[in-house]
Amino acid sequence: MSVETIAAQGGEHMVVHGLEWTAKELFTYPNEFIYWSIQIVMYPYMTGLVAGAFVLSSLYHVFGQQDLKNMARFSLVFSLALLPVAMMPLQFHLQQPFRGINVMFTPHFTSAIAAFGIVFSTYAVIVLSEIWFVYRVYFVDQVNALKGKEGAKDRFMYFLYAVLTLGAFDTSDKAVALDKKAVKILAGIGIPVACFLHGYAGFIFGSVKANALWMSPLMPVIFIMSAVVSGIALCMLTYIIIMEAKKWSTIIAKGKGDESVKVIAGAELDVITKTSRYLLGFLVAAITLELLDLIFRGYTAMKSWDILRSVMYGKDFINIFVLQYTLGNLVPFILLLMPRLTIRRIFLALILVLFGVFMMRWNVVIGGQAFSLSFAGYMHYHLPIIPHNMETYKEGLFGALTVVATPFILFWLINKVTPSLKYR
Amino acid sequence: MSCSRRDLLKNTFKATLASALPLSAFKMLSPAQVKASVGDSDVRWVFLVDTEKCVGCGLCVKACKNENEVPYDPPITRTWVERYVLMKNGQSHIESPFGGRDGYTDTKIRENEIPADQIAKGFFVSKLCNQCKKPACVQVCPVGATYQTMDGVVLVDRKWCIGCGYCIMACPYGMRFFHPIHRVAEKCTFCYHRITKGMKTACVQNCPFGARKIGNLKDPNDPVTKIIMNERVSVLKDEYGTKPQVYYIGLDTNVR
Repeated sequence: MSVETIAAQGGEHMVVHGLEWTAKELFTYPNEFIYWSIQIVMYPYMTGLVAGAFVLSSLYHVFGQQDLKNMARFSLVFSLALLPVAMMPLQFHLQQPFRGINVMFTPHFTSAIAAFGIVFSTYAVIVLSEIWFVYRVYFVDQVNALKGKEGAKDRFMYFLYAVLTLGAFDTSDKAVALDKKAVKILAGIGIPVACFLHGYAGFIFGSVKANALWMSPLMPVIFIMSAVVSGIALCMLTYIIIMEAKKWSTIIAKGKGDESVKVIAGAELDVITKTSRYLLGFLVAAITLELLDLIFRGYTAMKSWDILRSVMYGKDFINIFVLQYTLGNLVPFILLLMPRLTIRRIFLALILVLFGVFMMRWNVVIGGQAFSLSFAGYMHYHLPIIPHNMETYKEGLFGALTVVATPFILFWLINKVTPSLKYR
Repeated sequence: MSCSRRDLLKNTFKATLASALPLSAFKMLSPAQVKASVGDSDVRWVFLVDTEKCVGCGLCVKACKNENEVPYDPPITRTWVERYVLMKNGQSHIESPFGGRDGYTDTKIRENEIPADQIAKGFFVSKLCNQCKKPACVQVCPVGATYQTMDGVVLVDRKWCIGCGYCIMACPYGMRFFHPIHRVAEKCTFCYHRITKGMKTACVQNCPFGARKIGNLKDPNDPVTKIIMNERVSVLKDEYGTKPQVYYIGLDTNVR
């Protein structure tokens, strides 16, 4: 522990943001700390999952990829569950969380963050209305089925669905055809907006000219590609978990040899194998761009390259080349390409892909602060594990876990109203 | 209930018109128009650091912390002094413990004794906010809580800052930090509360050697302006295009 850390801890009530988890080496400016920590790693990670999940569902709705039909409904609802979670890390990270809304009151449009509220709300409106059009007929059916039923739960559900129909009870062929058309249009608009939402997260980093690692025009595109990769991977993973749970509950109820067990298992492998092809495509695009960026930096070797090289090939070697590129990209790539795919192998590959994208975010956000602006020193990040105050909770392991857990809880709730896991 | 396409369009048009009319009472002004309407300032604050005169006593850092109520013990600071010791073999030692607040009285750097006969040159460089002409921190603030005054100083509105840290990331000089008590972005203001009342900044006032000077670039008779105009001065990190306004005499290529 440095003398500075000990002295700073003397003032009990004073928390110098970043001091607690930053270890400095050689010469850094006095005010330099890891200001953007784990929550800023989570922010592009979660936004990426939202965008990716939506793009996956749109591949069916817009381009009519029939092989994604079963996946599309699920990933659409899942992207809604992920939506509020993209905001959460930002709220956790702000020093003044109650002023976060100021971004909407006085957006300062020269800032890359200023339009986030607007882009994000636009995207939320698109996702919500698309879900409404997809489920409208279902809402009407539910209202008709629950009409006149007694019991508090049925009464409640009746009113809920009645409100959700927004008074549109028309289920004629003409109306349903119109719904489908609306879904297609919304999904079509949604793809560029989803890409924009996430490319924009990349722009927030890529446009910081003071940071030698971040500043790159490729950053937004790299972010979009890895976003789609992580979004597809998470949707597939969740789908597998849910289908496996269904399979086992069927086995328990009806016995192992029952026909319905085979139907579920067959449908599951079919959907997953087809979706994995899209995953591979986006994975290749993401890796290509990242390597291009790396090679270009090495070749042009600007002033900052000396320190960047010492971080990338030295201090962060394990994080970048072992964990991100090898374990997170190369291994799952081989796993998915090998013949005779099994659910178990895909499952492992998906976890590695998600881990790889997380490491990419980590290496960008934390790696970008691993060296001093003076190019003469380093900073190391120590993730707070056991929280001992609000700050170490919010910007520590448990804060990050809270963010990770929320979409699954939300999905469980939303799925009660708009079931998205019918298998046929 | 039925609503024909014609009715829908008609009502939409009416509603849009009705909501647009009150809005037309407001007028959007471009920053240039605003500037023209309030007139231009005849002051542009600039700073001059003469590194040849600095002895690394740290009185400027002490004075700044006291004057601007920046907590004294934590290592964060609005201004600091760096010590450079360059060896004959080309090696360099740079440090700024506590921003150089306690003065450089030790011959050790990071607990290593530096052999005096191996030293090629040594000097001190003080740093403070460059009050850039094109400040990156102001550009990236998402809520407009940090802004540039007409006389060129960049300030932070403590009541509006959301504490996102984007400005801290955007500053190539590492000037900004979070204030431990106010929990918003904090930076050197050239002691704006003092200079606008005709006083010197706390660091200038307390420098016993005249290594720090503040002046008005728009006044051709200002002694600081005369030096900047007539002598060879340089700025830090001009490659970022922020057009820094703290000028230095005697900078070395090793200065970061």
